[in-house]
Formats: sequence, structure tokens, C-alpha cells
Amino acid sequence: MSGNGPADDERTGTDDRADDADRPATDGGAAEESAPTESGPARFAPADRVESVPPSGIREFFEVAENRDDVISLGVGEPDFTAPWPARSAAIDSLERGRTSYTANRGMPELRRAIAKRVARYGQSYDAETEVLVTTGASEAVDLTFRAFLNPGDTVALPTPTYVSYEPAVRFAGGEPLPVHTRHEDDWALTPESLLEAGADEADVLVLCYPNNPTGATMDADEMDAVAAFCREHDLLVVADEIYAALTYEGDHESVATRPGMRERTVVINGFSKAYAMTGLRLGYAMGPEAAIDAMTKVHQYAMLSAPTTAQNAALAAIERCDDEVERMRREYDRRRRYVVSRLRELGIEVSEPGGAFYAFPRVAPIAPDGDARAFATELLEAEGVAAVPGTAFGAGGEGHIRISYATGLDDLKEAMTRLERFLS
Amino acid sequence: MDEATRSLIDALVADARESTADLARQTGLDEATVEERLAELEESGALRGYTAIVDWDATDEERVSAVVEVNVELDRETDYDDIARRIAESPAVDSLRLMSGDYDFAVNVSGSSMGDVSRFVSEEVAPLPAVTKTVTHYVMETFKERGIRFVDHDDDDRLSVTP
Repeated sequence: MSGNGPADDERTGTDDRADDADRPATDGGAAEESAPTESGPARFAPADRVESVPPSGIREFFEVAENRDDVISLGVGEPDFTAPWPARSAAIDSLERGRTSYTANRGMPELRRAIAKRVARYGQSYDAETEVLVTTGASEAVDLTFRAFLNPGDTVALPTPTYVSYEPAVRFAGGEPLPVHTRHEDDWALTPESLLEAGADEADVLVLCYPNNPTGATMDADEMDAVAAFCREHDLLVVADEIYAALTYEGDHESVATRPGMRERTVVINGFSKAYAMTGLRLGYAMGPEAAIDAMTKVHQYAMLSAPTTAQNAALAAIERCDDEVERMRREYDRRRRYVVSRLRELGIEVSEPGGAFYAFPRVAPIAPDGDARAFATELLEAEGVAAVPGTAFGAGGEGHIRISYATGLDDLKEAMTRLERFLS
Repeated sequence: MDEATRSLIDALVADARESTADLARQTGLDEATVEERLAELEESGALRGYTAIVDWDATDEERVSAVVEVNVELDRETDYDDIARRIAESPAVDSLRLMSGDYDFAVNVSGSSMGDVSRFVSEEVAPLPAVTKTVTHYVMETFKERGIRFVDHDDDDRLSVTP
């Protein structure tokens, strides 16, 4: 199954190395300064679809936050815990045993079986052989989904605010993003009304990310039923990014894929990064009907061959032996969540109840200069050394809000809230 | 136990000095209810105390600790509880547990010198009629105590702002 290996290796070793000396050592912005070579214009002018994607909206915050040592960052989108020891130990063990080859394209069979068994707790049922694909992070699964199913010009309804990767991934795959506004007033749940208002009835695909980054919103059973009905009525495919499913604090995780008639039109994406604090191991998975997983596997097997073997071994141990650790982390996030929300509300800042993930998304419009979230975040960072991400980094729907990550120790959260209080007074 | 009470205990285990206000914020209970629950937990014996974790090596106090394994032989008049009650009386005993395996009791002892600890074993444990054998292991270094690490460990190496 891994017969594509040599081709892959050759591809990464193409002919440009000889030019290294002439090229600036850094990437990105420096490219503009490099003089055109005798062979004409710069060789690496980005393709239009790449050019059309704006740079990340958090870059400048990152730079300021990294370069000041008094900064408390509430801007981190990954757990502050370390991966549980059994997972790390399994990674080490797999290396010691010399398991350094590719695995099956779809991932190790025993890992796929463990995944299929695990997601039963969300009411999901997938065949480990044909309906599960292990990917290099949930991010790869997102990318694969769009590449596998979008034809040029296909429309993808994207709730806003939402995680930053969907829109570029849609554009890279030749699709057209269609923003669908979710609202603070609805606790950021997606509703059939907002879908209709945005024209999503004409779209081809809908992306759902609940529990949501950046709002922390979850959708309850009724809300999910309503969205499912909309998708059936208007014949939408659904990409359900459920990476935060294990971090649900209020009620059970509700998956759109478990609604009647939805399994056959939904690809569910999940992974190990958030629940098991394994972001750096880059391991996720996609589940869906056989035809969907076949198409995604086709892209995956040429682009990636297989997800990292070491990480797959870690993930298997994570599923089998780390439930207690996951629960311990979940409970700690929950206490921080309550703490942060309480402090914000005591400061008179409106924040809808975040039922999952590790984010709160307070409304700062009334206290921000001209209601501008970005200006607010900049001033907060400069004046008090507290870094939070402006909501606009997550799309137009995030205006007037900032994202506060509570994947940070309680002591730092307390200090950050005290600084915020001082900033507001 | 309901979820809020469990959170309350978790919060105290993480930091027993949390204020009532901060405990309320973390658990979703109001302050009066927090006080009430704490009283109940203390009353029922679930919360036995609030104490500090001290790295004595970081002070100028001399402190020697040991784990003492104690084997006992029971008879008709003496059970584990009787022996435990007797051993626990000594202020040198930090913790006392009945164990499965090769010995019966594990006793964590501390004193200001090895002499103190040895005296405790030879004068307060060994002479008890039920005790058949003791093995004393002196602590050389403590790396972690009740969840708190005593050695420096990695700082947060995450990127400070990520999506």
C-alpha cells in the first residue's frame, strides 16, 4: 500500500536547491526585495488562489506577545497540558521498536478500530475498515475534505466567526466561501434563519464547528436538529469539525451526523490535539460514508501517504489508556471557564456561556474604541501586557469581540483578569 | 457527589488558599453555598484539613524523612486498627497506611535529625508487641509532593498566540 513512497521522496527533492545561494534566507515578505534574476520575473509568484488569501490576522499580536516578557497570553489555541504519559511513552516505545515505516494509507487498523469504538459515545457508528481515515492533524482532514469534494466555484457556507483555516482551505481547493453570521444573541448557535439569510440554501457544503473556536459555543439537540433539517431540505453536504467534542462542559456533545438522514451527507472530523493535549503530534481523523472516505483517501495517499507512525502509536495509547487524564483536564478547564466567565461578567462585560472548547468570546464593542475589537486588543496588549485575539481574526462575524483562551493556568488567568479590570477603570 | 461539589474539591486540592469568592467563581456556586458545602464536607470527614506543602530543603531547617515498613502479627485482642491508632499517636508520623504486599504498614516519618527518626522507630514502633519487623528507608530527595513538583520543569514552550 505504500508503493508511492519513492515518488513522494523525489518530489520533495526537486531541482531548486542550486539557487539557494541567490535566494534570501528567509521566506515571506523578503521575497519582494529580491531582484529579478536574468531569467525574468521571480519564479515563485504565488498562484492567484494563494495570493487571494490574506495573511493571518494574528501575526502582529504574536510578535508583540513573543517579544515582551511580561505578557500573559490568552491567545493560545492549544492546551497548556502535556500529552498524557502513556501516549508519550507509546511514541517512545514505537521508536525503540523501530516502527519507522509508513502505515497503511488509512492509518493503522488497530487505531482505526479504536477510533470507531471511541466515537460510539457520541452516537456515531463507522466501519473501521472503510469509513475511517487517519490524518496528519484534523487540519489535514479539513483540507482533504474540500479538495476531495469541491469543484471550481462550489459554494461552502462558513459560519462566522469561526476557526481560521476553513476559508483558506476552501479557496485553495477552488471553492467559494459564503459567510453565515452567527450571533452573540443566539449564543453563537447556527440557526436556519441565519443560514437562509446568508443564502446558504443555494450552497453546496456547510461547515460546522461545535464546540466552536473562537466562541466556545455548543449546540444543543434542538438547535442541531434544526440545522440538520435545513441541510436535508436544501441538499447540503456537511463538514463537521468536532475537534473539541471531548471538551464539552454543559450537556452531551451533539453531532450533526447522528441526525436522521445526515450520516450519508456528513464528514465528521476529529482528532487528538485538543482532548489529549497532543497538538504537536499532528494526528486527526475523518469519518464518513465509504465513498467520501475513499475520495479523501485518494488525495491523502498521494499528498501524505500516511499519518506519522509515531503519532499513530501515541494516539492508540491515548484512546486506550488516557480517559482519566482527559477527564482531569476537562474538569480543570471547566473550573477555569467558570472563573473567567464570572470575572468578565463582574466587570460588566457581556459574554455568552461557552459550553465547550477552551475559549470565551466576550463582547467588548461597548468598551472598545469605535467598537473596534482589534483596537481594543492592541490597547490591552500595550497597556497591560494581556494578549487576546481580536474576534475579527475569525471572520467578520467576530467584530466587537475578543477571544480569551483559558488554556492557561488559573494563576495567570487571575492576574490577566486583574489587569483587565485595571485597564477598564 | 454532584459536579459542583467535585469542582469545589478539585479547586481546593489545586490550591487550598483559594478565597471563597474565587471558589464560587470556579464552581458556579454562590459564596454562601460554597461556605455551606465546605462545612458539610468538613463535618462528614471528607475534608480533613488544609495544609501547606513545604520543601524543607529550601529552608534553613534541618528535616529528615523516612518511609518505615512495618510488619505486624495480629492476635485475638489486637487488630490493624489498634496498632494503627497506637502508631498514629506520635507527632513524628506524617502518614500511616495499611498496605497490600510484603509488609503491613507504611509509615511516613519526619524529624529534625536521623537520630529523631531512628528513635521513633526503635522506641515507639519496634517495641509494640504486635510488630515483628521494621525496615526504615530514609528519603534522599523529594521531587514531587502531593502533586507539587519540587524540581524545575519546562516552562511553557507554546507559541504565545495561535489560532
